Amino acid sequence: MNVLLKTLGFSLALMLTFTAVTYVLPQMKGEAPEDRDVDVAALTMDSFITLGEDLYVGKGTCTLCHNDLGRAPNFLELNVVGTSLERIGDPLYQGDAMDAAGYIRESMLDPNVYVVKGFGKKGSDDTESPMPAVDKPPTQLSEVEISAIIAFLQAKDGNPVTVALPAQTPASLVAADEITEAAKPVVARNAEEAIAKYACAVCHAVLDSEAAIGPSLNDVGERLTINEIRDSVIAPNAIIVEGYAAVMPDLSETMVLKELELIVGFLAEQTGDQL
Amino acid sequence: MRRLRRHVNPTPCACSDYGARQDRTIIIKGKQAAPRSRYPLWTWRHVLLVMMVAAIGLISSGSSSVASAAGQEAEQQIVAVNSDDITAESESSLLPAPNPERSDYPNIGVSSRSLVWVIAQMHLFFGALVLAVPIFVLVIELIGFRTNDDRYDDMAHEFMKISLTAYAITALFGGALALSLFLLYPDFMTYLTTRVFGAQMLVYATLFFLESLLLYVYYYGWNALRYGNRKWIHLTLGLLLNAVGTTLLVVANSWTTFMMAPSGIDTVGAVVGNIWEVMRGPLWNPLNLHRFIANIAFGGAVVGAYAAFKFLCAKTAAEKAHYDWMGYTSNFIAILAFLPLPFAGYWLMAEIYAYSQQMGILAMGGILAWLFVIQAVLICTILFAGNYYLWTGMARTEGSHRYRWLIKYIAAVLVLGFLVWVTPHNIIFTGDEIARLGGRNHPVLAPLGIMPAKNIAVFLMLIFTFLSFQIYRRADKVITVSWESWANALMVAIYIVASANVIFAGVYYGYFTNTVYKVGSSVIQVGSTLVVIVSGVVIDTLMFKGAKTLPVSWGKISGRSQYALFALPVAFTWLMALMGYVRSSVRTHWHVYAVVKDNSADNFIPTLQHVGNMVTFATVLFLMFLLFIFWVANLSSVKQVPPVGLASRAAAAGVA
Repeated sequence: MNVLLKTLGFSLALMLTFTAVTYVLPQMKGEAPEDRDVDVAALTMDSFITLGEDLYVGKGTCTLCHNDLGRAPNFLELNVVGTSLERIGDPLYQGDAMDAAGYIRESMLDPNVYVVKGFGKKGSDDTESPMPAVDKPPTQLSEVEISAIIAFLQAKDGNPVTVALPAQTPASLVAADEITEAAKPVVARNAEEAIAKYACAVCHAVLDSEAAIGPSLNDVGERLTINEIRDSVIAPNAIIVEGYAAVMPDLSETMVLKELELIVGFLAEQTGDQL
Repeated sequence: MRRLRRHVNPTPCACSDYGARQDRTIIIKGKQAAPRSRYPLWTWRHVLLVMMVAAIGLISSGSSSVASAAGQEAEQQIVAVNSDDITAESESSLLPAPNPERSDYPNIGVSSRSLVWVIAQMHLFFGALVLAVPIFVLVIELIGFRTNDDRYDDMAHEFMKISLTAYAITALFGGALALSLFLLYPDFMTYLTTRVFGAQMLVYATLFFLESLLLYVYYYGWNALRYGNRKWIHLTLGLLLNAVGTTLLVVANSWTTFMMAPSGIDTVGAVVGNIWEVMRGPLWNPLNLHRFIANIAFGGAVVGAYAAFKFLCAKTAAEKAHYDWMGYTSNFIAILAFLPLPFAGYWLMAEIYAYSQQMGILAMGGILAWLFVIQAVLICTILFAGNYYLWTGMARTEGSHRYRWLIKYIAAVLVLGFLVWVTPHNIIFTGDEIARLGGRNHPVLAPLGIMPAKNIAVFLMLIFTFLSFQIYRRADKVITVSWESWANALMVAIYIVASANVIFAGVYYGYFTNTVYKVGSSVIQVGSTLVVIVSGVVIDTLMFKGAKTLPVSWGKISGRSQYALFALPVAFTWLMALMGYVRSSVRTHWHVYAVVKDNSADNFIPTLQHVGNMVTFATVLFLMFLLFIFWVANLSSVKQVPPVGLASRAAAAGVA
C-alpha cells in the first residue's frame, strides 16, 4: 500500500505540474466564425471598412500568414494600393486586373496569378501560392466580405476606396466568381496581343505590318532607350519624329500597365536584326 | 430593411448553399429518393441500430464492429452510387457532405466534445498499448529463442499479460466511443461511415476479430509452443498478430487523416474516388509512421512502470533482480523508440504545412503554438527521466566509473536545452513592461524563442541522450579489439562534427536567411543526429565483438531511480493526449476540414487551462485503469494457501 500511495502521489504531482504550466501561459480562446447578419442598408463606408478590418484579422484569418514573421507579405506595413499597381506591371503577373482593387480581389480569389518571390509553395519555384482561395472553404468569404476587406486595405493607407458599398438587392449575394467573370476586362496576355488590341500595326511597321503612317517600330530598340519608348507610348505627341504627323491617339486612359510593359518590353528588343 | 446573410458559399457548384444541400433530391437508379429525414426520427432509428451493434461489439470484444454494422445501410447507398444508372452530371454533386445545424446536435446536458474527448483518448491510450506491446514482445521472444535464455521468454510472456488485460478495456472504450459518436454527432458519423468509408469498416471489424483470435492463441499458447520447432509456430503467430495489429492501426489512421486532409471526395464532399483514394490522403503515411513509433515508445514506458512497481514491491533479491532487468529493458525500448520520434513528427508537420499552410501555421504559430511550450516541458521530462535512469543504472556495474565523468556534461546540455526550448518568443506584456523592454520582444532572449534556437536545443538533447545510452551500454564491457582507440577517436569526431553541424545549420539558416529557407536547417540537423545514432550503434556493435563482459548486479539500483520509470509513462501519456489534441484542433471548426463544418456548441478552440484540465483528467483516468490492470495481472499469479483443516483433510485422504 505504501508503494502504491507513493507512486500514485508522485504521478499525480507530476501531472499537476504539467497542468500548472497550462495555467501560467496566456489564455486564448479561438471562436469559430459565426454567421452574422449584416444590415446592408445601414452600412456606411466607415462601417464597411471596419467590417473589412474585422474580417481581415478575424474570419478571413489573413493575419495568420500576413504578419511580421515573414511567412507572407505584411499588408499592414505595406501600401497595398501602390504595391498592387507595381505588381500589375510585373512581367510575372498572370492576371487580368487593371487597378489595385481588381488586383487585390484577384489575389484573394486566385492567389496564383502573382506569387511574390520567395513566398511560393515549396518546390513550385514561386509559381504556386500557398494561400487558399478565400471564397472557398475553409475561409469561405462572401463577395460582400471580400469587398469589405479590399475597402479596408485601400483605406488603411489613406487611399481612396474604390469598391462600392454592397447593393441592397440580392445581387450582392451573387457569388464572387460570377461577379469577377462579369467585370473581367479583356487584357492582352502578350505583346503580340497588346499590339493587335491597340492597332499599332495600322500605322507602324511592326510584326507583319509594313505600314508607314508612323515611324517603323522594327528598329525602335536601336533608336530609343526603353524609357524613351515608354514615354512615347504614354505621351505620343510630346516628341514628333520629323516627317510624321501628330496623329497617334492617347492610350493612357485605356491601356493597362501590364499591356504598356508588354509593348515596351517587346519594342525595346526590336533592333532591326530580326528582319 | 434587407439583411444579408454573411456566410454565403460562393462556390459555383450545383449546390452552392451548404445549408440548402440537404434538402436537395437525389436521383438514384432513375428514382427520386426522398430528402433526408430530419434529425429526431433519424437519430432514434440509428441509436437503436448502434446500441444493438455496440452490444454485439462489446460481447465479442470488438469495438470496430459498431461502426461496421452501422455502415450496412450505407453499403446499399454506395452500391447505388456506383451503379451505371447514375447520370454523369449528378455524379459529382450526388450525396454531398451534410451541413448540420446547431439544432442537429443532441444536447445531453454536458459538453459532447468533452465526453467524446475523454472516451476517445482512453481508447487511443489503450489501443496504443495493446498494439505496441506485441511488437517488442515478439522481438524479445526471438532474442530469448536465439540465445536460449528463458528469462527473455518469461519477460515477454509477462509483458503480454499486461497487454491482454488492456485489450478488453480497449474494446470497451472503443464500443463506448462509437456509441457516443453516433449519438452526439449523428450527421457527421453517418457521412463518414456510410458514404465515405463504407465497406472498409467491415474490413476493420474483420481484422479486429482476427486480432482477438491471434492474441488469445498467442498468449495462451505460449507455454504449449515454447521450445523447438513449435517455437517457430508461436513466433509466426506473433508475427501475424503484429501484421494484423499494424493494419488495424493504419486503417483507423485513415479516418483521422481523412478528417484533417480529405481526399477522394470533391469540393462538396461527394465521394468521387475509390476507398484507396480516400484512405491515402497526404497525411496518412506520416501519421502511420508517427503513431507506429510513438506507440512502441509509449508501450515500453507503460510496461516499464509495471516493472518499477513490481520492483518497489519486491521482497526478495531474485524478484528485485528480475524486475530491475525488466524495467531496464522497458526503458531501453521506450527511449530507443523515442529517439527517432521527432523525425517522424517533423515529417507529419511538414506534410501538414504542404497540405495547408494555414493549418500548419495555426498549429505552430497561431493559437495552438503555446501548446508547444508545454510539449517542451513534457519531452524534456521524458529525456531527463530516461537519462537519469540510465545514469543511476550504471551503478549496477563497476565498469561504469570509466564514463561517469561525462554525466555532468550531458546534464548541462540537457538543462541548457530545456531552458532554450521553453523560452517563448514573446509573451503578453503590459504597456509599462513594453516600454521598459524597448519593444515586444526581450532584446537578449527573443532570438531563443524562435524555432531555429529550439531545433538546436532539441537535436543536441537527442544527441547527448544517445551519448548516455552509449556509455550505459559500454559500462559493462571491456573492449578487446585492437582498433579500439581509432574507433573511439572516430566516435568522438562524429559527436563533435554532428553537434557543430546542428549549431551551424540552426544559426545560419535560422538567423541569416529568408524565412522560406529556415526549414532547410532541419534536414542537416536531422541528418547529423541520425548519423550519430546509426554510426554509434554500428561502431559499438563491431567493438563489442569479443569484448569481455563485466558482472552486472541486477537489482542493485536505488528505489529513487524507479520513479524515473513512472515519470516516463506519465509524461508520455500526457504528451500523447496533448499532441492528439493539437492534431485534432488544427481542423478548427470543421469535422472534415473544409468539407463538413462543425456547427456544434463546442466548435471553438478552448483555452490552455481547459486543455490542461482535460488532458490531466484523461491521464488520471488512464492511470487508474492501469493500476487496475497491474493489479489484475498480479492477481493471476497469486495462489491462495489452503486453510489448515482443508490441507490436513486432503493429506489424510491421500494417505488413505
